[in-house]
Amino acid sequence: MNSFKYASPAQFYPLAGKLVSVFAVLATVLLIIGLIVGLYLAPIDVTQKDSYRIIYVHVPAAWMSMFLYVVMAFWYAIALGANTRLSAMMAQSIAPTGALMTALALWTGSFWGKPTWGTYWEWDARMTSELVLLFLYLGVIALRSAIDDPRRADKACGVLAIVGVVNVPIIYMSVQWWNTLHQGATISVGERTIDSMMLTGLLMMIFAFWFYSIAITLMRVRAIILEREAGANWISELSEVKGQR
Amino acid sequence: MNTPASFPTRSAYAFGDGALSAFSWALRRDLRLAMRSRAELGVQILFYIIVVALFPLSMAPDHQLLLLLGPGVLWVAALLASLLSLSRLFANDFADGTLEQMALSPWPLSALILGKVAAHWLTTGLPVVLLAPLLSIQYALEAEAVKVLMMGLLIGTPVLSLLGAIGAALTLGLRSGGGSLLALLVLPLYVPILIFGAASVDGIRGGIDVSSNFALLGAGLLLALVGAPFATSAAIRIALD
Amino acid sequence: MLEVKNLAARRGHITLFDQVNFRLSAGEALVVTGANGTGKTTLLRMLAGLSHPLSGKMFWQEQEVRPFDPLLRNNINFAGHAPSLKDELTAEENLEILVRLTGESVSRQTLRDALDKVALGARLNVPARSLSQGQRRRIGLARLTLIPRVLWILDEPVTALDVAGIALLGEMMASHVKAGGSVIAATHQSLDLPNVRSFSFQ
Repeated sequence: MNSFKYASPAQFYPLAGKLVSVFAVLATVLLIIGLIVGLYLAPIDVTQKDSYRIIYVHVPAAWMSMFLYVVMAFWYAIALGANTRLSAMMAQSIAPTGALMTALALWTGSFWGKPTWGTYWEWDARMTSELVLLFLYLGVIALRSAIDDPRRADKACGVLAIVGVVNVPIIYMSVQWWNTLHQGATISVGERTIDSMMLTGLLMMIFAFWFYSIAITLMRVRAIILEREAGANWISELSEVKGQR
Repeated sequence: MNTPASFPTRSAYAFGDGALSAFSWALRRDLRLAMRSRAELGVQILFYIIVVALFPLSMAPDHQLLLLLGPGVLWVAALLASLLSLSRLFANDFADGTLEQMALSPWPLSALILGKVAAHWLTTGLPVVLLAPLLSIQYALEAEAVKVLMMGLLIGTPVLSLLGAIGAALTLGLRSGGGSLLALLVLPLYVPILIFGAASVDGIRGGIDVSSNFALLGAGLLLALVGAPFATSAAIRIALD
Repeated sequence: MLEVKNLAARRGHITLFDQVNFRLSAGEALVVTGANGTGKTTLLRMLAGLSHPLSGKMFWQEQEVRPFDPLLRNNINFAGHAPSLKDELTAEENLEILVRLTGESVSRQTLRDALDKVALGARLNVPARSLSQGQRRRIGLARLTLIPRVLWILDEPVTALDVAGIALLGEMMASHVKAGGSVIAATHQSLDLPNVRSFSFQ
């Protein structure tokens, strides 16, 4: 038994099935408790009133959006280097969740911006970077869907994701630079100690988003395995496939 | 079993062998092709001029406002002009089989690509740089600003060609035509160049030293020169597979 | 010279071929036949090093090679479906550019002689866009003779050629084989080659 055993789609498929249920349950439980803590139990913010509570969704989404891009590029790099099918499928299944998180971060950010800054959209450095990141995700997804042959799509998206991941820090720094150049003082809510209840809620939500991302990615990777390995013998042996016949 | 004597026994080229010949082969061939279809080149340059001229028509042509907008408009137009010609950078060679022959040449593919990119810059990027002072008149830019704008474009437009080549290679032969997909892939990568380029002109108004912006643009050019030809050749090999 | 073991290819979910095995020595020709869509072009592109096999291995003079290996790029002359010509350039310019791309230098006189041999001597300065399909193919024939490579891989080389053109091609292939070179060609035309074997796709 070696650790590469699960690099084969046939071995990984049932394992992923078990992991999905574990992470889905964890994500649901943490999400419910986290929202109760964040929306009811945590105290109100002195300056921002209740509108600050959007951070329980905004902060985890923004973190996941950036983190998932790196993870996606990592799997694509492995797929390019080692020519492994499963890592390309992992990367492919991460992209939509990453794009969703980016869109969520932008959406919640602008809802927070209205009461705080008085406008839905501010050319703030973080929001601008998130917008560019959304375009990068959509580029990978669009390129994938434009290529018919999945093996070619894996490699092409791999090159794009790696070029993207080299550029993400450069784009981020350039936007920061541009922002300080034109706005002088950045809009900031100021440093203050965070209430322990607020922190608990936030941490729970962060873990909930983590587990949700893992669960949904594994669910999607199972669907991709079925689609791309259709015709392989082990698939026709699966009980869920047999039941369809 | 050995190769018969009538054929040269060729062992593998060492890394970088023939890179210079490859570069000049691609550069000279693409320039010659461009000269044979000059009308097409002219249209691309006209596109740039028209885009720049359209902005003042969309608002009150107030001198102060134009002065503020000018550098940004010229830079965005340069981005679009570069993008417009990119979809054809490899598409013709891909369709007629030349790209196959280039990939099978004993010369390094990345050097051939660099030659093609250099030709692309000379035919689309350089005219943009040279036309900038003329078009700046429409935006009432001062001599100092025009000088900085030209310098920025001179360093920045090669980066546009280099990064764009990656996108052009990735979208080769795709049914969606590649045009709009190419824009989606490439324009986000252009963001830092746009920011540093336009900021260098703004800098003189604020009395900020322009050299830091030029240094950043130059660093971008170096990074693109080192990385982009390899990413592009990987993408071309994927497209041919 | 060239040996393949258990080569396989797939397009989408359809397996084009698998378990392709053969060994080609210097001075041998291999004619690949098979109905449309059976994978002839795919196999030839694989042998030229343009395309990755699904599985299997390739060896050049006992040394394992992967796609785009310099060994393949230095010793193979591949002619695909498209003749790689530029409409804007003349026959002579096109030929010169294609020969130079393989790292060979070539004199004006050699170019003219080669074009003479394929009966294009009077069309040296005509832009390729005004040449017929058969004449464009003939530039490809001239290219074959100017690039000294031991293995020719030709995909449907007789397409658009007239009777005289096909005869010329057959002659060129035969003399290449006699000189100790090798040819792999996908074609249904019988070309009267010495030392020829055939490989047929079902």
